[in-house]
Amino acid sequence: MANFSPVSAAIGGTLIGLAATLLMLLTGRVAGISGIFAGCLDFGATDKSWRVAFVFGLVLAPLVGGLVGYPIPSPEMPDSWSVIIAAGLLVGFGTRLGGGCTSGHGVCGMARLSMRSIVATAIFMATAIVVVALSRHLFGG
Amino acid sequence: MLMLASTVCGFIFGWGLLISGMVQPAKVIGFLDIFGSWDPSLAVVMAAALVVSSAGFTLATWRERPILAPHSVWPTRTDIDRPLVVGAMLFGVGWGLVGLCPVPALENLATLSPRVIAFVVGMALAWCSMTFGGDAPTRRNRERKPAQ
Repeated sequence: MANFSPVSAAIGGTLIGLAATLLMLLTGRVAGISGIFAGCLDFGATDKSWRVAFVFGLVLAPLVGGLVGYPIPSPEMPDSWSVIIAAGLLVGFGTRLGGGCTSGHGVCGMARLSMRSIVATAIFMATAIVVVALSRHLFGG
Repeated sequence: MLMLASTVCGFIFGWGLLISGMVQPAKVIGFLDIFGSWDPSLAVVMAAALVVSSAGFTLATWRERPILAPHSVWPTRTDIDRPLVVGAMLFGVGWGLVGLCPVPALENLATLSPRVIAFVVGMALAWCSMTFGGDAPTRRNRERKPAQ
């Protein structure tokens, strides 16, 4: 547990909860990012502008962070290109099929005690843990 | 006003992710790697987010309507069906492979890392193919009656 950072994790998590709360109170929407972003790409969607605005704010955060001395760390992804693209496709298909990701199911849905979200979160967490165990310990190094 | 509110919410969300360290795929893998040197930080992030949003959502249900919109759009389904289970499993495989889920992936676009861009392109391709392949959850959502 050498990298455990409970204080920054608690502050960050509080901000994420606050963002989800404000979005719900102000716009009546659930902060499910896979749905929000997929809606940005759907040319037929009528309520696109708030989605684009949300994603804009999301990407703006690390840019402003860099200006005020809180730069986004360079992402560590040692995996091969084929694994990265396959993972992107899997995350895309999986979140649309399952109706949510860590934000929509993991935070918003669980906060509303939605049974679908609790089941989905348990499944994707367990699956990811198994995949990491297999790829980093059994087959990887 | 709605645009500004959405932008601010996205910004706070992104800021929370940045502070918590969860923008870093290696940090997320550290949480998922329970057989390695386990880093429970993600569980703390999620617990804190859940405490705040549970309280916030309770507050939201007391109000008749959201402050800036005519009505709320809550997900209303309660059934556990095959797409939910299969979708969550596929997502779990992708997440476990590189440690990126949609939010940090989009936020990491700010680093202009070619690997992150490749991941997001894959993700967006999958979403587009499902939207135009007839299975468009965004369109289904729109047709659904609001819960309130």
